[in-house]
Order: sequence, then C-alpha cells, then structure tokens
Amino acid sequence: MTDARIIRVAGAIAEAQPLGDAALYELVEVGERRLLGEVIRIQDDVATIQVFEETNGLGLHEPVRRTGSSLMTRLGPGLLGSIIDGIGRPLEGLAERSGDFMTPGMTLPTLDPDTRWSFAPTVEAGAMVCGGDVLGVVEERPGMAHQILVPPGSGGRVAEIQEGSYTVSDTVATLDDGTTLSLSHPWAIRQRRPFAHRLPSDRPFITGQRVFDFLFPVVEGGSVAVPGGFGTGKTVIEQSLAKYAKADIMVYIGCGERGNEMAEVLHDFGRLIDPETGRPIMDRTILIVNTSNMPVAARDASVYLGMTIAEYYRDMGYHVAILADSLSRWAEALREIGARLQEMPGEEGYPTYLPNRMSRLYERAGRVESEGTPARTGAVTFISAISPPGGDFSEPVTQASLRVVGALWALDASLAHQRQFPAVDWDISYSLYTDGTTEWFAREGGADWAELRVETIRLLQRDRELREIAGLVGVDALEDEDRLVLEGARIAREFLIGQNAFHPHDAFSTVAKTYHLAKLLWAFMRTGKAALGDDVSFEKLDLAAVRRAFGSVKTAAPDALEQQIAEAEQTISDMGAP
Amino acid sequence: MKRLDAPIARTYSGAASAAGPLLFVRSTRRAKLGEWVRIGGEGQEERRGQVVDVGTEITVIQVFEDTLGLKPADAAITLAGETATTVVGKDLLGRALSGTGEPLDGLPPSIGEARLPIWGAPINPVRRQHPSDFIETGVSAIDGMNTLVRGQKLPVFSAPGLPGVELAADIVENARPARGEPFAVVFAAIGITERETQIFVSRFRESEVMERTVLFLNQASDPTIERLLTPRVALTTAEHLAYTHGIHVLVVMADITHYAEALREIAAAREEIPGRRGFPGYMYTDLASLFERAGVLKDGKGSVTQLPVVSLPDDDMTHPIPDLTGYITEGQIVLSRELHQRGVYPPVDVLPSLSRLMNAGIGQDRTVPEHREWADQLYAVYARGREAKLMAAIVGSEGLAPGDRRALDFVDAFEGQLIHQGGTRRSLVDTMRIGWSLLETLPRDELTRISDTAWEARGRDEVSKEPPR
Repeated sequence: MTDARIIRVAGAIAEAQPLGDAALYELVEVGERRLLGEVIRIQDDVATIQVFEETNGLGLHEPVRRTGSSLMTRLGPGLLGSIIDGIGRPLEGLAERSGDFMTPGMTLPTLDPDTRWSFAPTVEAGAMVCGGDVLGVVEERPGMAHQILVPPGSGGRVAEIQEGSYTVSDTVATLDDGTTLSLSHPWAIRQRRPFAHRLPSDRPFITGQRVFDFLFPVVEGGSVAVPGGFGTGKTVIEQSLAKYAKADIMVYIGCGERGNEMAEVLHDFGRLIDPETGRPIMDRTILIVNTSNMPVAARDASVYLGMTIAEYYRDMGYHVAILADSLSRWAEALREIGARLQEMPGEEGYPTYLPNRMSRLYERAGRVESEGTPARTGAVTFISAISPPGGDFSEPVTQASLRVVGALWALDASLAHQRQFPAVDWDISYSLYTDGTTEWFAREGGADWAELRVETIRLLQRDRELREIAGLVGVDALEDEDRLVLEGARIAREFLIGQNAFHPHDAFSTVAKTYHLAKLLWAFMRTGKAALGDDVSFEKLDLAAVRRAFGSVKTAAPDALEQQIAEAEQTISDMGAP
Repeated sequence: MKRLDAPIARTYSGAASAAGPLLFVRSTRRAKLGEWVRIGGEGQEERRGQVVDVGTEITVIQVFEDTLGLKPADAAITLAGETATTVVGKDLLGRALSGTGEPLDGLPPSIGEARLPIWGAPINPVRRQHPSDFIETGVSAIDGMNTLVRGQKLPVFSAPGLPGVELAADIVENARPARGEPFAVVFAAIGITERETQIFVSRFRESEVMERTVLFLNQASDPTIERLLTPRVALTTAEHLAYTHGIHVLVVMADITHYAEALREIAAAREEIPGRRGFPGYMYTDLASLFERAGVLKDGKGSVTQLPVVSLPDDDMTHPIPDLTGYITEGQIVLSRELHQRGVYPPVDVLPSLSRLMNAGIGQDRTVPEHREWADQLYAVYARGREAKLMAAIVGSEGLAPGDRRALDFVDAFEGQLIHQGGTRRSLVDTMRIGWSLLETLPRDELTRISDTAWEARGRDEVSKEPPR
C-alpha cells in the first residue's frame, strides 16, 4: 500500500490510514516534508505515529511512506568524536545544510559516507565466521582500534576478504552464500545487542570524584541513579565524569536539557586533553544532543541510540560509560506521548509501563563476554541523572530507578546551598558495589581503604547528631572530644568529599590522592584525640594551620602532591604542640 | 523558520460545537496543525485562533479571544494557510503594542521588515556560542553575586506582594552591556494589572529607555489564551533584532505564572490528562520552547538574554511552575519576603539564588580577576552568619563562638549596604567596593576564600573594558 494519508495530527502524534500492514516501531516518513516518525500503535487500518520532528504545519491528506524497517542506526567507524541528535543525524552536517536553526525534514547519515578507512583483515578467505567475530581492524582515532565485527545473526565461510581503504558502505568481505559485509552494519536501536554471557564485575569504575570512589563506588558495568533537584549540580557531576572518569569510551546523552549547557560541553570537550593518552577527549567521546526544545519523540529515541552505540563498542571489548542527563526528560517524553494516545495513566500521569521500560533500559548495562572470537570482555556503565519535581525522591522516575540500579548518588539542595559540592547526601546515598570492590581498593588504594571508609561514614553520621545537639546548647557547651568530631567532619566535608570541579588539580582525584586525604583525616583525628588526652584543650589546637594544609593537598599539582602530603603530616603532628 | 507553502486561505461556515476557548469544526479538508484561523461571521466580532488538532472528522481550534457570545453555527471560519506570524523590524523600537502586536500607542501599525512565524525553531546546539559576556544590570545582588551573562535565561522568583516586576523594570532601565555594544529591551507583559502597566509605561517614557524598548502588553483583563502568544511574539521580535541587526536584546517576560495558567486552562478544555496541580504533562517542553530561545549564535553579533519573572504561588519553590522553570533556566534570582518586610530593596536572598553561567562571565578580561573569590567569600560569611542567626535565636548571641558572632553582625551590614540599594543604579565597581569594605571589617585570617593576590588587588576601580581574547 503506497497511498497512506494523514487523517489526524495532534502534538507530536499523527495518524495515517490505510497503514494496517505496518509493523510496530516501523520507521515512516510523514507528510510532504518527509518528517521521520515511528509507528507506535496499529488499530485496524489506522497507524498511530510518533513524529521525531516538529509537526507544526503538518496537514490532513499528506502522504505517509513506510520504510520497511524500524529506527536503525549504522554502527561503524566514525562514531567517535561525533555530535548527533536524538535520531542520529550529525548536527554539524545539519548546520551546514540549514544554518543556525533546526529545519524539519532533513535526513543525513550518522556515519560520513565519504570518509575512507584503512582496513586490515584479521581472518583469511576460507575461514568460518559467525556473528560477533572480528573480521579485521580499522584505526578509528589514533590509538583507538575499531574492530569490524560480523553483524550478529550473520555468518558462514569467508569467500573473499579485502585489505585497503574503504568507506563505511563498501564491501570488504563476501561470504560463501553471497552475503556482503562492510565496515558498518545497521542495528535497530530499541533492540539490545547480543552477548555470550554476563560476567560479575569487581573492578571499580574510577570516577575521580572522591565522594564516589571512596564512599559510594560503582563498578564497570554497574548502573547509578543521580537524582537531584535543580541547582544541586547534576550536570556538573555528569560533565566531570564525562571529562575525567576512567573509561575507554564515553557516550554523553544530553536528553531534554539546556542548549547553552550543551554549548558548554561542546566548547569544553573540544579543548580538553586526556592526560593519559595525550589526545583530545573528544576522540573517545560521542555526544548525543537533544535539547529541551527539540522534538519530544526524539528525546525518547536518544537514550536508546546512546545505549546501542555503547553496546557496539562494548562488543569490541571496551569499557564504555553512558552519562545520561537526564532520564526524567526521557520519562516525560513517554508521558507526553502516552497522554496524547489517551492511555490510562499510572502514577503522576506517567504510563504504567514506565517502570518496565526503565528496568529494561538499565539492564542493558553490564559487564559481558562478547559473542564470537577472539574472546573479548567489555562493559557498559550507565549513569543517569534524574530531575525529580520539587527535589522529592518519592516520585515515580526516581523510585523506578532505585528498584534496578546498584548505586544511588542522591543530591541534596541544602548541601548545594551551603556550596558543598558534589552535593551528595551521604546519609541516603548508597552503593551495592562496595563489597565487590573492597579487594581492588585494598590492592590499588591502600590496605585499610575499607576501614577508612567505614570510619569516615561513621564520623559523618556522628557529626549530624552532634550538630543537632549543638544547635540546642551551643558549640561551647560540647565536650572537647565532640568538638574534635565536628572539626574532623568539617575537614572531611570540605577537603575529602568536597571537590572543586573547576580547579585544574582538584577536578579529578587519583585513587592515591583520595587515599592519602582519607589517611590524613584519620591522622588528624588520632593526633587530636591524643592531644586532648594529654590535657591540651581543644582551643589550643592549631586548626587553622591544619585546614590550610588540607587545602594545599587538595589542590596540589600532581608533582607537588607528595611534598604537600608530607607537610600536612608534619602540621598535623605539630598541631597540639604548645 | 520555514513557512508553510504559499498561504491559501479557505473559509468554512459554521462550527459543530464550542466549549470554553475551543471550537470544533467538521471536515476542514487540508487543515494543518498550528494553522492560523480567523473567526468572523455576521454580527460577530472578529476573533483569532489556531488549529491545535486536525482530524478528518473534527478539527479543533483554540480561540485566543473571549468566546463569550460566539455562535458556533453562524461563525465564518477562515483557515489562513499559514501559522501565526508577527511583523518584525527595527522600527518597533519605541512602540507599545498589545500582546499580539497590535499598536496600543495610537500610532499606525508598523510596516516592519518581515513577517516571521512566532513559533521559532530550535537553535542547532552546535551553532550556539557558549555565553560568556557580562551584562551590567545595575543591581548589586545580581552583578556581584549572581552575574547575568548574554544569552542566559535567568528568572526572578517573586511572589504576590513582592516587587519582582519592579526589579525587572529597574533592570530594563539600568541594564547595559559591558562594552557599550548595541542594546535593546523587549518587554513582554503577560497578564499584568492595569496598575503595573501604568507604572511601566510612565517609567519607561520618563527615563528615555523607551526608544530602545519594545513593549508588548497583555493585561490581566485581556483574553487569557492570548497569553500563549505574547511571549512568542516578543521573542520573535527579539530574535530578529538580535540575529538580523546584531543587537544584544534583553527580553523581560512578566509574569510566567500567568502564562502557565493559560496553558493549564487550554489543557483542561481539551480534556487532557492533568499532571501535577492540574498543569499539563508537557508543560516542561512548552516552557522550554520559550526559555530555550535565549542564546548567542556562533559568529553572530547579537544575543537574546531572558529575564522571566515567575510569581511563586504561596511562596512555594516546589510548585510546578517555578520548579519546571528552574530546571530549564540557568539559575534563579530569589526574592525574600522577610527582606522585603525589613525594607531591603531589592529583597534578593542570595543564598538560594544562583547564576549558572556566572563563572563564564566574570574574572580576568570580563569583569575583574578577583570577582569569583570576592563573591565566594561574601557568600561564605553571609551563609555562616545566617546559620549563626538561627542558632542565636536559641542560645542567644553570647553563646556563639566569636567567629559566628562576627558573621552574625555581618548579616545586617551585608543586607543593609550591599543588597539594599533603593531604586538607584549601582555600577559593578561600586558593588565591588562596598563588598570589599564589608570584608575589611573581618579579620584577614577568617577570609579563607580570598588569596593574597586578590586581597592586594582589591579596590581597583577598573572593570575590564577590553574584549576578551
């Protein structure tokens, strides 16, 4: 049937008839401007379509064309460093064609069709291959090997395989049955990519943020929810992780967020150099950008697109981190579309299938053994910001997330008002990955890592109790030992878990630096306690010097760190001296 | 910014039914979503509307004017063949117009330079310049503590009885870009009262800012649904001035709460599933389609900066309107009832206030190098003092540690000298000077946020005039 026509348009939803033979989630071109859309409901011969582009100006009787496949993305070399919208169109390319503003109805391939890649095969003609096997390698960016995989589901004997320079759509290998393979293959973004089996994860994902690495660690392949009201610093955290955290590849999804923030990301990321590789961080980054005023249905797609790209690199054996900002906007897109379909709403108007969709999404994260040979293990870590209305965590998106994630980094507005950043509420945040990573941190950080961690959490809890008491009776009425606890907790908040995302030497903290700061805190507590035991009064302790010393360690340049730590140790041991 | 194909108007007679602001029309062949509609008919006043739902059986039209007395059966309904447009041009500067762009000042309608659709199109994110140029508003609490930057959207969170709109008017009068670039103000009054209207119009006329201002007035007595158009007409005008004429435009929208209520009214009339407090589930997306029109383009000369005013119903920051606004905008200026009652003007509470783009707009080459440290230190002492104030209420100020006691005294000085400025304009240089003199009353070793370099350099009375590299 070719003459399907629009019979209704309301918001981002259109209905077309006759289109009863379409498949659910089939991609269609809507109207004379060929806006992309996706079939989300079929009733008799009427198909309901969510349109990924602005629908203003769409009229009755305009044609609707089927494409025969669902929303696909082409996976292949050229993804790294790209900036694409929610349905995979490169934004630079769109700007070249239509200028400063987005124009509906543009189609552009995600991968540049003209770039030639130098392909080196790793299998020979005559070899048997199956889905997931490595055919060969392309150097996508300097030092970044991009393995060309046999698409999942294909396989057979290699009849012919070429070496040399090819575009993403050129044939590089032919199988016995005539199947041609190129450097890229399409994948339906809503479908998860297969793997051989899941692996347990005991390797922490080093975020470089002390409050996370030290108190609430996440593993490679883990998932974290980061809820916080506005102004609590979600975006700064997501951006710090994207810039500095230790992953091979970063997929940053700006989902329904601010345009100026994305401009900042684009501006910063273009200039930052990864200290380890000496390469621009854009070389390992993929940015998916769908700002809040871009079409709402594309917001839904953007999250799946990011997940698919992450899984693709995972299958090559990389550790990929996805930073989604924010998943609430994705859930709201579902709600908006659900409401237009007049579905029976669940909690707070969200569709009843929200928790189900969310857990399926979160469960696409994980550490896995890939399909095919040679053996590869890769991981997808999923960190999603959540924007609960009014900062109230009892809302459905936060709650649905908590049922599946392995860690909660809860951000608190009152901490943010006190300029305590990252504003992580240590009372309600948690990580289920703590036990699994103890061994790694004991080996790579320090033997007493776990003890220091527990002690620090206890200190912070005691601090909260004491401050309540102090609020009633005044600080002066507290025992000296309690005042030492208050002071220790203040140091912990300011210098250990507090971190300045804009300070060149404080924005990222190595595991060693985190460990030493924790050690210093406990040296301070011990020395302080001993001094008080020797009848030195709390007032006599030289706290100003101690705080200065902690400050110097916190912001020390890497080559001065050791020196500053030594000096801080000295200051601490001298603090009770007369 | 693409318009529909060559507009062809078609007229239909009679609507099937009407409900509140909605008109339901049968079988309008080739109606387009968003299409502009004129509703007339014998003995009926001319009304305007917009297609919000097209279907083969029923097409729904949202009517912007009051539907009182509208007879559906006798209505002549003309579909204009294009979406809503507005006349834009430099000759609008100095004009006072209605919420939909009709002259209110007795002058003939503007000829303008172009007719543009009011819905705008999203800026391609890769074409956005990261905002980083300071705008001096003349208000210490903003310039010093929560700096406004070109291309930013920074709302004022006010509340009934608080002078949010007055503060916005002060800024309209006093704002200027750092280096004297071309500057204009587009003021969109949304549902404001007759009293407020009089204040603005006479104030702007007297202060000669009118010639660089375009005023769009949708008053409280004007049709509610028109409020959905006013900010879009204003923003389209502003975008044209900014991107065609290279002018830095400040758009003041007061009051967004009235806008959101109009949105709710339409949603309810369409029997949509209500979200929190009856507001529609797409309110975030809808507000974003306004606020995201702030920005600076790469290689462009002009910019659109927004200063929306939001009245917090019941002083509640978690109400959906300020809440969703806060999630979209880049910070907020929060007014405090307590400060207002103590006669502090403008009554800005700097603790919950925030400008997310401040860091990019201040410092070396932009304002003064020590700006950040200065603001951080004032903020820290003030925050400590406010906490001490709470504690002093329980234990008495004698029970406080000496540092807390000093911070407590600092609170009154800070509010009385730095925040309070009456209605006068204060330059950033003066703001900084007052801040330093307040800090100088404290022992130097308590000023831990201030480096020695910044301390030595303080009180320099030059703000960077050089364009940044």
